[in-house]
Amino acid sequence: MSGTFMGMPGMPGMPGMPERSDRPDAPELPATPALPDFPAFPDAARQAVGDPVLRANLRRATHTIRDKRARAVAELADWDRLRAAGKAIKDHTLRHLDRYLVQLEEAVTAAGGTVHWAADADEANRIVTGLVLATGHREVVKVKSMATQEIGLNEALEAAGIAAYETDLAELIVQLGHDRPSHILVPAIHRNRAEIREIFAAEMGRRGRPAPEGLGDDPRELAEAARLHLREKFLRAKVAVSGANFMVAETGTMVVFESEGNGRMCLTLPETLISVVGIEKVVPTFRDLEVFLQTLPRSSTAERMNPYTTMWTGLGPSRGADDDGPSAFHLVLLDNGRTDTLADEVGRQALRCIRCSACLNVCPVYERAGGHAYGSVYPGPIGAVLSPQLRGTGSAIDASLPYASTLCGACYEVCPVAIDIPEVLVHLRERVAQGGPVTREGIRVRIRPARGHTAERAAMRAARLLLDRPGALRAGERLLARARRLRPRRLPGPGRAWTDSRELPQLPAQSFRDWWARERGDRA
Amino acid sequence: MRAALFVTCVNDALYPRTGIAVVRLLERLGVAVDFPAAQSCCGQPQYNSGYRRESEPLLRRTAEAFAGYPYVVTPSGSCAAMVRCHYPRIGRAAEREGRGPGLSALAEELVPRVYELTEFLVDVLGVTDVGAYFPHTVTYHPSCHGLRGLGLGERPRRLLSAVRGLDLVELPGAQECCGFGGTFAVKNPDVSAAMGTDKAASAVGTGAEVLCGADNSCLAHLDGILRRRGADTRTLHLAEILASTEEEPLT
Ligand code: SF4
Repeated sequence: MSGTFMGMPGMPGMPGMPERSDRPDAPELPATPALPDFPAFPDAARQAVGDPVLRANLRRATHTIRDKRARAVAELADWDRLRAAGKAIKDHTLRHLDRYLVQLEEAVTAAGGTVHWAADADEANRIVTGLVLATGHREVVKVKSMATQEIGLNEALEAAGIAAYETDLAELIVQLGHDRPSHILVPAIHRNRAEIREIFAAEMGRRGRPAPEGLGDDPRELAEAARLHLREKFLRAKVAVSGANFMVAETGTMVVFESEGNGRMCLTLPETLISVVGIEKVVPTFRDLEVFLQTLPRSSTAERMNPYTTMWTGLGPSRGADDDGPSAFHLVLLDNGRTDTLADEVGRQALRCIRCSACLNVCPVYERAGGHAYGSVYPGPIGAVLSPQLRGTGSAIDASLPYASTLCGACYEVCPVAIDIPEVLVHLRERVAQGGPVTREGIRVRIRPARGHTAERAAMRAARLLLDRPGALRAGERLLARARRLRPRRLPGPGRAWTDSRELPQLPAQSFRDWWARERGDRA
Repeated sequence: MRAALFVTCVNDALYPRTGIAVVRLLERLGVAVDFPAAQSCCGQPQYNSGYRRESEPLLRRTAEAFAGYPYVVTPSGSCAAMVRCHYPRIGRAAEREGRGPGLSALAEELVPRVYELTEFLVDVLGVTDVGAYFPHTVTYHPSCHGLRGLGLGERPRRLLSAVRGLDLVELPGAQECCGFGGTFAVKNPDVSAAMGTDKAASAVGTGAEVLCGADNSCLAHLDGILRRRGADTRTLHLAEILASTEEEPLT
């Protein structure tokens, strides 16, 4: 039985694959942090903040797309209603996720596909690796997919002797550059043309068709080099791996949105297609897509309509000689912390996310810190609330992510499914600072506060006690006023973080409270 | 008309001039101002840092201190947003968790009576020209909580535009956060300073003599950066500009 707790069907047995129930089942709590060695956000961000080229690149890219998005959204008179509808559809689906997933499984199976259930990254990787090995092929082409990055599928495939080729241009740049993605939609947003040329010239030949001699850094030249390099992969590939933006429960239809057409090549040319999709991507009916077909492209690329929207349902009705498309379709439904997140009343709204990346593009913190600082394939505001929920708050990076925001609310304002990211951030801060109940692998547990919050907790309590006694507060203010001449330029301890780049406010000779007592006291 | 001033802890201890300006301004407009001395902090620092339970006694204190006043006016968008957007949530959570009976009702009862200063002036008093005089170039930074939390919209700029002698200049990227964010300024100092430096640079770039805002905590952060960099641009709370008249000009 899978480790999820929604009554999910167990995984059907696969040739060469152990069933989950065959594994020694010993879930350790708390879950092992995904990135035990990754530095906390403030430290990771420091580097990006100090890199003027990176900051300029990020600023230009995010400001361009955010302005275009605002114009594209303003074109629709009913945006607010579309946003509310998207939120309602997602909330409804999440509430009845068990039902819709079973319906989806039935529909996909009826259409000739095979459905697999993966409780975590390891299980999903084992399933996909097993499926690929069973085909006898050792190469796969990949459609850009967040879910496969989340589980580290490429690395798992490589470990099993299978080469995975990313076909999305930006993803290809990241892969060839042995780099990590730094944006949901534009994973290579942090790279400039010259760097891309370098990467292509140095790396393409090691993975297939080399870059043309004397490659320049003109965007068209670079795109042409990628096209030639990838064409060889498309024509040879027998197995493809994708994710999906949506899955329709009533019909079993998979939906992939993309801009370049590379995805469609992967989805139609190979013989075997394996899709790894987070369980939250299901929507009840085909009609529900009408909302997201409008809100997703406008929010993400500021386009009125998505350039390539590919949909497929199992293997289709007939498999005659003229039929295009794969002859085997596998859907791997990925949990990996999602049902645990679903159990959290405040935090579950993060599962509404349709990965449009609008919140990244308006986030002033993302703009300065860059995507790598978030230590996850989900950077920016959504990453700051999604990663600590999917992975738990056990690592330094996951415990610091809820604080990687000023709570300015710009992300909430643009989110097409109205995720109140600031609300979730504050909720997760509470979990980090004070501990509390969480669900891990379907079991309700109480976690302890993250390390390093003891002094802060004491300070908050002391402040509260002082603030709750206006008499003491007034005495404190008087003390402060008396100390106004001793204004150091640099403070010790945590205060140093303020005085490193800012002057301290000048202290007044008297508090407002004292002024009032003197000037208007008779009326109080 | 009677109104209670919710001065907020930051203004009380660090920016008494703002509170004094609000008192002068409201009295000039015919409002009798009270200052309930039992008031304290709204609990925002605790709540936003993940110490929700520590903010509960402050919610109770605030609600009780202002009981019975039809209007509670505060010169801080972020504290007004704390009350309006978060108090009901904190109250409900406390009751759900079996603490603080009546907290939810106290919060709900307080919320509709709390006004940020510009809301009170424009919506309740129905004035945009408050009879102020301030012959300087001013640029306005709308803090996030006022802008997005409360939806203050054009109210502050309409009030400033009606000030005699005042030349209001546009702040590029005005809607972008200044990077203060409460404890964010200390927990993520590098990003915070980078954001503040950009905001300060846009303010300096407008050539305005004064960078005006309606939240002293954001202004403290920006002022700290401007002074560290030796810029001439001063920061001023909106209330001080609105309180300034020809007879009693702000110095
Ligand atoms: S949280 Fe909202 S804005 Fe951000 S990527 Fe997800 S859907 Fe888009």
